[in-house]
Amino acid sequence: MKQLRALALLPLMASPALAEGELKLYHWFEYIPQELVDKFQSETGIAVTIDTFDSNEAMLASLKAGKIGQYDITVPGDYMVEIMAGEGLLDTFEPAELPNFGNIAPQWLDVPFDPGRKSSIPYQWGSTAFAVNRDVYQGDINSLTILFDPPEELKGKINMLDSQGEVLALASIYMGMPQCNTDRDQLKALMDMLLAAKPHWASFGSDTAKDVLVSGDAAAGMIYNGFSAKARAEGANVEYAYPKEGFVVWMDNAVLLRDAPNRENALKFLNFLLDPENAGTLTNYTAYTAGVTGVEPFLTEEIRNSPENNPPADAPNGSFVAVCDEATQKLYDAIWTNLKK
Amino acid sequence: MAGAGPSGKSGKDAAWAPLALPLMLPTWAVIGFFLLLPVLLMVVYSFLTKEFRGGVIWEFSLAAYDQFFISRGLFGDEPASIEWTYIGIFWRSLWQAAVATGLCLLIGFPTAWFIATRPPASRSIWLFLVTIPYWVNLLIRTVSLKFLIRDNGPLNEFLMGIGLTSGPLPLVNTNLAVQLGLFYSYLPFMVLPIYAAVERYNFALSEAAADLYASRWRTLREITLPVVKPGIIAGCLLVFIPSLGAFLAPDLLGGAKTFMIGSLIDEQFKGSQGNWPFGAAISVILMSLVLLSLLFYARAQRSQK
Repeated sequence: MKQLRALALLPLMASPALAEGELKLYHWFEYIPQELVDKFQSETGIAVTIDTFDSNEAMLASLKAGKIGQYDITVPGDYMVEIMAGEGLLDTFEPAELPNFGNIAPQWLDVPFDPGRKSSIPYQWGSTAFAVNRDVYQGDINSLTILFDPPEELKGKINMLDSQGEVLALASIYMGMPQCNTDRDQLKALMDMLLAAKPHWASFGSDTAKDVLVSGDAAAGMIYNGFSAKARAEGANVEYAYPKEGFVVWMDNAVLLRDAPNRENALKFLNFLLDPENAGTLTNYTAYTAGVTGVEPFLTEEIRNSPENNPPADAPNGSFVAVCDEATQKLYDAIWTNLKK
Repeated sequence: MAGAGPSGKSGKDAAWAPLALPLMLPTWAVIGFFLLLPVLLMVVYSFLTKEFRGGVIWEFSLAAYDQFFISRGLFGDEPASIEWTYIGIFWRSLWQAAVATGLCLLIGFPTAWFIATRPPASRSIWLFLVTIPYWVNLLIRTVSLKFLIRDNGPLNEFLMGIGLTSGPLPLVNTNLAVQLGLFYSYLPFMVLPIYAAVERYNFALSEAAADLYASRWRTLREITLPVVKPGIIAGCLLVFIPSLGAFLAPDLLGGAKTFMIGSLIDEQFKGSQGNWPFGAAISVILMSLVLLSLLFYARAQRSQK
């Protein structure tokens, strides 16, 4: 997923301090187009400084190690928003402080990781389901059985993401169970199902999820929607599925940090990101999906019509990977170890 | 871990004796800072309490070792029994590393022998050729190997092309692929020490044995092998130990379907579900195993003498 962010090499610039003050952004590497930063600077006169990180965990560790208070805004993934809020690293704002607050797409307003959007706004989102090589299998791919109880043509040719959270979440969705489940029989059933499915899988790999589809090593694979679009662009005849049982979604969010040195400017920037035209510019750059209404007119043809980015009308809602408490997490850790031992 | 021998007490060295300690300081500083300190840190961490989502709490705990050796069932309330999961992972890693070492010895010994018996002028060229693939990054070499052996890769296309096999040999994502990858990664570590040993071997000894009517096999077994044995053992250790902790080859070539020691440790430190004390404990157990086998080997050597 992260590789998509490497669409262009752009210098992360620190412009001279302007009269209107500054904004300190702690961001993923190559996850915002320079033109958007320039536009914000020329509109507001605020100088933007960007430092980068390469994983949610690295960002959390660095903030906890003393960087909190140095940045105004950062961009954590869904589960990390909840963790950061729990660690007391986030500030809150009132909807009235962001004139564009109403542009947040209704489905992303009351999210489980930040109910009512008190500290965060949607940045970009995408889904995690699976893609199938249509040269190998022509049947119906509208169900998670493709991964967990595959048809003959796909047996032994499936790549799974090497990511505990996403694999176990998708498996739970397939079994119709809640995540962070503590029901013994259900958890045993989940493990038995996974152990029975494993012989049909060729490999586990996250970074390689796209490559194995393009090279033909795998004929089907659990994959991020953006990765699947890239595989298609690289010539693999793959179709991305939005299975009827449900799928996993992820969302990166811009959050207001505690002790932000430039809180006012940070709110201006959050508001700026919620403007449909700006959200459109961002989406064209990242090739994921905005969580803002009214972006469509600003999207390029390619992004607007991408089948990976547009779930069919009858697709169910996706589920975020849930954040479990420690005791429950231990059970899922044990299931994962059992699966891979 | 070459021991720093005590400075000589002979007349010529006596002048240097007062300087020995200050001159050794940088060495000890480097060893202390880059070797002892990290290892000590790892041992300490393995006895601490895990902090949920990575990190440690500074409270003594045996939980990491308990998790490794004792099983209480999925829900932690069954009677305690031996936990076979991690022992199994260790056993598999040991087996993979042993096969890779065996393969390296099988190919490496004749190669080293061949090079060492060339005229001195051409030996350096042969050695140079052995090292060429290792100018390329390990990751790239491993990915290239995967490209070569995949179902529609050059090797299978060739085998099917000449009619030797009717379908592609399933190589990628198998244990064989992992062993092949380890073998390919560490072959020079086998060739170079054996070469160094064979090069020093006095071939007149073989001739003498032949003159005394020893068969070629007996000459090899009773004259040559004992002389070059240190080189063989050094080579085996240099291949076996890194193979044991490898996770690039198992992940890329083996399809990461099963944990190896390396990937098991990796899993404990990355991601939000990390368990640092457990990762440290696995490392300590692995290191103890390696140290024990080295000690065992050293003792066997000594008793032989």
